[in-house]
Amino acid sequence: MSFAHMVYLLLTACGLALVSCKGDPPIDTYTEKKILVLGNSTEPQGLDPQIVTGVIESNIIRALFEGLCVEHPSKQGIHLPGAAASWQANDDFTEWTFQLRKDGKWSDGTPLTAEDFLFSYQRILHPDFGAEYAGMLYYIQGAESYNKRKTEDFSSVGVSAPDPYTLKIKLKASIPFLPDLTKHYTWYPVPKHIILKHGSIDQRNTPWTEPENIVSNGPFILKQWRLNDYIHAEKNANYWDKDTVKLKGIRFLPVSNQYTEARMFFNEQLHATYGLAPEMIEHASNHYKKYLRQETYLGTNFIRFNVTDPTLKELKVRQALALSIDSEAIITHILKGGQKPAYGMVPPTEDYHTPNAVSFDPIRAKQLLQEAGYEGSKKLRVTLLSTDREVSKRLSEAYQDMWKKHLDAEVSIEQREWKTYLSRMSELDYQLALGGWIGDYPDPTTFLDMWKTGDGNNRTGWSNKQYEALLATAEQTKDPDARLRILEQAEALFLSEMPIIPVYWYTTNYLLHTSVKGWHPLLLNNHPYKFVDLELSDAN
Amino acid sequence: MLRTIVSRLLQGIVVVFCLLLITFVLVRLMPGDPFSGEKAHSAHIIEKNKERFHLDKSYPEQFSVYLGLLIQGDMGDSPVKEQPVAKIIEHSFPASLILGIAGITIAILIGIPAGILSALKKNSYIDYGTMIIAMAGISIPSFVIAPLLAGHIATRVPFLKVAGWGDPFDWILPALTLGLGTAAYLARITRGGMLEVLNQDYIRTAHAKGVHPAIVVTKHAIRGGIIPAVAYIGPAFAALITGSFIIETIFQVPGMGQHFVNATKDRDYFLLQGVVILFGSLIVFANLAADIVLVMLNPRIRA
Repeated sequence: MSFAHMVYLLLTACGLALVSCKGDPPIDTYTEKKILVLGNSTEPQGLDPQIVTGVIESNIIRALFEGLCVEHPSKQGIHLPGAAASWQANDDFTEWTFQLRKDGKWSDGTPLTAEDFLFSYQRILHPDFGAEYAGMLYYIQGAESYNKRKTEDFSSVGVSAPDPYTLKIKLKASIPFLPDLTKHYTWYPVPKHIILKHGSIDQRNTPWTEPENIVSNGPFILKQWRLNDYIHAEKNANYWDKDTVKLKGIRFLPVSNQYTEARMFFNEQLHATYGLAPEMIEHASNHYKKYLRQETYLGTNFIRFNVTDPTLKELKVRQALALSIDSEAIITHILKGGQKPAYGMVPPTEDYHTPNAVSFDPIRAKQLLQEAGYEGSKKLRVTLLSTDREVSKRLSEAYQDMWKKHLDAEVSIEQREWKTYLSRMSELDYQLALGGWIGDYPDPTTFLDMWKTGDGNNRTGWSNKQYEALLATAEQTKDPDARLRILEQAEALFLSEMPIIPVYWYTTNYLLHTSVKGWHPLLLNNHPYKFVDLELSDAN
Repeated sequence: MLRTIVSRLLQGIVVVFCLLLITFVLVRLMPGDPFSGEKAHSAHIIEKNKERFHLDKSYPEQFSVYLGLLIQGDMGDSPVKEQPVAKIIEHSFPASLILGIAGITIAILIGIPAGILSALKKNSYIDYGTMIIAMAGISIPSFVIAPLLAGHIATRVPFLKVAGWGDPFDWILPALTLGLGTAAYLARITRGGMLEVLNQDYIRTAHAKGVHPAIVVTKHAIRGGIIPAVAYIGPAFAALITGSFIIETIFQVPGMGQHFVNATKDRDYFLLQGVVILFGSLIVFANLAADIVLVMLNPRIRA
C-alpha cells in the first residue's frame, strides 16, 4: 500500500468518524427530554429569595419557590392560587386573609404552614439579617419600624397565623395590589426547618441553598449548581399541582455575552435567550422572524436632572432639553426593538392614563431656552453622565447631537463604569445622567414612590411636599379607581417640574424556540414555568 | 540549587504580599462599594452589611482581619456572590487549568516546530510564510479570532458547539484561540534562538566533522536554541491558566478569567483579592519552574 493510499484511507476514516458524531441538534434532545434550556445572562448572586435583588435570580427562584399567588401564564392582572388556595380583603384593602392550601408541602414532604410565612417575614425584616429588599414588605403594618430596630417585638408587625393554614396580613395603607406583591420573591416563604438547621434566623451565607440542602415549595427543585456553567432544576414530586407541570427540568445558563447567547440559540443550544443586542434585532427580524419576540416590558428609560445644579435648577432649561429629544428617531435608528416613545414616567395601562407631558417640539424648546436667558453668545453648556455600556454610549451621542442641533448646546459626555456612575448619581455629582427603572409590580406606585424626598432612588435632588401629600392621599383612598386618578395627578405634578426627561418605554427583545409552548407575553416577563411545555414541531 | 529555590520562593511570598496589599488599597479607593446597585438600599441595611464584612473599619484594621483569615486558610466570603471565595475559585479553577494546559500544548506543538523550521529555512518562502502567519497571530486579537472560529468552524463541524463546556470537544475552540496567539510568539522567539545557535562555532564544527544535519539540529542546536522559548513558556503558561475574560465569555467557559474583571466591576473586594493571590502565586511558581528547566538545559546558568 502506497503512502498516498494510507493517507486517503486515514482521511476517509476521520470523515466517517466526524459524520457519525453528528446527531440531532442539542435542543431537540432537550425538547424530547422535556428540559427547558434558558439563557440567563450571568451567574446569580445567590438563590436565597430574601437576599437576592435581581431579575436573573428571580428567573431561577420563580422555578423553585412559589408565593401566595401565582402569575397567570397569559393574562396580566389575573392572580392564580399558589401557596394560598384563596384570599379575601376587607373593604379598604388594609386587611387580608390568605387560606393556605392543606396539600401544600415543601419538597422534602414537610407541610407548608402559616408558621413558615411568619418565619419568612420575620427573617427578611430582621434588622440583623440586612436584607437589601426588606423595603418590599414595608406595606405591612409595623414592618418598617421592626426592620429599622425601632421595636424589637415582631408581634407588633401586622402578620399573624390564627391557625396553621390561615395567614392574616394587616397593611399600613390601602393596597389593592397585594396579590401582585405576593408574586415577588421577597414575599415567598422560605423553609424554617432547613434554614434553622444550617444557622440562625439572622445569619446569611449559610449553605441552605446548596443543591444537597435546599428545600423549596415551587414546581421545581434545585438539583445541580455548577458555578458559571449552569443551574439545573428538576420537577418537584411533592408540588401540590404537579399534574399541571409538563416540564421535567429547567437548565439556566449564565451566558453574559449577548452575541454568544444569540450564536448558541442559532446553533440550537438554547430554547430562549435572555435578551438580544440591538444590532442583532434586525438580523433576527430578517432571518429568524419566527423566533424573535418583542414584548412590552414594565420599564421606563429616562434622563435625570440634578435639580440642585445652578444651570439645571431653572425649569425652562430642563423643559428645553426635554422637548428637543426625538424619541422616535432614537427608537428607529438606535434601539430598533419596538420600544414606545415615553411621554410620562409610568407606562400606561388600561386603567392608568399617563399624563402626556413631553413631546418632541424643537421650536418651543428653542423659545424656552431663550426665555431662560440663553441666546446670542451665551450658550448652554452641560455634561451628561453615562455608563460604559454600548447602548448608553450610543444614546448619549444621540442626545448630544440633538441638543447641539436644536438648542446649539455644548454637551460633553462623561462615560463612567457602572459603580462609579451609580456613586456619582447618588452623591448628586452630575448635571444630567442616563437612567432607567423597571417596575417590581404592576402598579403606578412602583414608578412614583421613588421620587419622594430622601428616597435612595431619587438621585435628582428634587423634592415636593404637594407630590408626597398626593401619594399619601392615594394610600388612604379605598376606591381603586379614585386612587389611580390621584396617582395620575401626582405624576402630572412630577412631570410639570421635570426632574427627569422620559425617553422611551422598554420592550424585551429575545429569541424563543418554536418548540416552547405556553409561553406568552407578560409585562414583567415573569413567566410561570409550571404552564410551559416543550413539543417537537415540524418547524424545527 | 535547593538554596536558590528556597530563596526564590521567599521572594515570591514577598511579591504576592505586595501585590495583595496594592490590590487591597486600590480596589477600596475606587468609587462605590459591593452593596451599591441600580436600586438603592436603605442606609441602615448597607451599614449592617458593611459591618458583616468588616468594611466599616479602617483600612489597616480590615487588612489585619483579612490576613488573620488567610492564615487560617480562609479567603473570606464574597459580599456579592454570598459564597466563600475559596469555593468560587475551587469551582472555576479546573476549567481554567484544562484550558491552560490545552492552550500551551497547542502553542508548543505549533509554535516551536514552526520557529525551528523557519530558522532552518532562513530567508526562504517557508520562513517568510511562517513569520507572516506568526505576525498575524500576534496582531489579531482573540475577540476577533474567537467569534470567527465559533461562527465558521463550530457551525460546520458536527461535534463542535459554538459555546459551552460540556464534553472534551468543547475544549477545542477556546484552547485553539488561546493557544494560537502564544504559538505565534513562540514561533518568533524560537526562530530567533535557533538562528543565534545555528551561527555558533560548535554547530559549524559538527557540520565540518560530517555529523548528519538532522543530528546537528536535534542533538546540538535545539537544546540551546529553545532556551528563550522555555523562558517564555513559564509565564505564558501562568497567563493561560489564569484565563482570558474574552475567551471565557465568547465560548462560555466557566473559568477564572471572568472573576478578575467582574470582581473589579462589582467591587467584590474579597473575590478580587483571592484571585490576585492565586494569579500572583501561579506566576511566581511558573517563573520558578521555567528557571529550573533553564538550569537543566544550560549548565552554564548554574554558576
